[in-house]
Amino acid sequence: MKEIKVLGPGCSRCKALAEMVKQAAEQSGVAINLEKVEDMATIVGYGIMGTPGLVINGKVVHAGSLPDPKKVAAWLQEG
Amino acid sequence: MKLETSPVPNALNQNLRWVAGITAATLIWFAAYTHLTEFADFWLGLLGLSRSTALGEAIHFFLFDTPKVMLLLTGIVFVMGIIQTFFAPERTRALLSGKRMGIGNILAASLGIVTPFCSCSAVPLFIGFLSAGVPLGVTFSFLISAPMVNEVALALLFGMFGWKVAALYLGLGLLVAIVSGLVIGQLKMERYLEDWVKAIQARADQGYESSSMTWVERGEAGLSHIREIVAKVWPYIVAGIALGAGIHGYVPEDFMASFMGRDVWWAVPAAVALGVPMYTNAAGIIPIVEALIGKGAALGTVLAFMMSVIALSAPEMIILRKALKPQLIATFAGVVALGILMVGYVFNALL
Repeated sequence: MKEIKVLGPGCSRCKALAEMVKQAAEQSGVAINLEKVEDMATIVGYGIMGTPGLVINGKVVHAGSLPDPKKVAAWLQEG
Repeated sequence: MKLETSPVPNALNQNLRWVAGITAATLIWFAAYTHLTEFADFWLGLLGLSRSTALGEAIHFFLFDTPKVMLLLTGIVFVMGIIQTFFAPERTRALLSGKRMGIGNILAASLGIVTPFCSCSAVPLFIGFLSAGVPLGVTFSFLISAPMVNEVALALLFGMFGWKVAALYLGLGLLVAIVSGLVIGQLKMERYLEDWVKAIQARADQGYESSSMTWVERGEAGLSHIREIVAKVWPYIVAGIALGAGIHGYVPEDFMASFMGRDVWWAVPAAVALGVPMYTNAAGIIPIVEALIGKGAALGTVLAFMMSVIALSAPEMIILRKALKPQLIATFAGVVALGILMVGYVFNALL
């Protein structure tokens, strides 16, 4: 089970990223626990400077834009 | 089921295709840009109208300005999209970290032009800067410059008023950002940050480093920047130019001069005050601005209005309110408004 967090204060790109992660997980059959983090203090605590941010198992893998869906799939496969 | 990773594409082949694509696109762009009048004349002729009538003049204005502005916007947004890949916020922060007031403010305002910025990310960015040891005043220089001196505003000003006005806007926008940041820094307003922000400042750890990119990836970033920006602003541009065309064709010459001319001393403060509650992007406002100027409104007054609309927006202040106490927000708005006011008067006096 992978712990996934999408960091973002509810902007449209943050929702798009959460959707993208869900789809990638379904397609690749990786079990995930997806959480959307909207609290600004928590978001900033991850050290990112742009939203949306993507955290997998506690590690920030992307921030500041919508990533390439292929990259999201690759991140889910790792580890 | 496992996802197949896509086969490694022939990198050389891909690079060649990009070079060919960009060359072709550039040639088409220049061919189109140098034939704008013919284009407008051709369609006006098909409609059976002449520029000597008010309707014909308005439609010609629309047919000429819309493709011109869209071409300029697409070109500049693409180039900026590529430039921005070199200035991730993390990089900008590293460049600004530990810089003193003065030189730091100048650097911050300049980096504000090339660092990608969206007001929804204003708070993480703000705190990211502070926690890395960037002084408050320097951070504000960045926050003022980033939305105000943006590529959309510059592209539109260049397209409609020429490079001199665009350069003046760039220079004075930077000046407002630098001086406002210096003033806010001098006022020592650190205690007006919200308490949770101060707590985070103490533990700056967990840096996120974005990975390096290839040139093809940078090109793709440029294309997606076009999709993102142009898709968002084109309705504003078309609506703005249509409104501008109406004013161009129908409002009498010098109509605006009586209350937006340079001799009207209260016009600049009125324009700034009017701009604060208004919120639109640069794209929506510039075509109207052009038409107003064409009818005798003073350039300084109109530019002050524009800066005020773009730089002092209510939504951004509501977002920043999460991190700043009201006193600091009010100071920020007041200092920037004063700066814009001076820009308006200087412009009116010089031009």
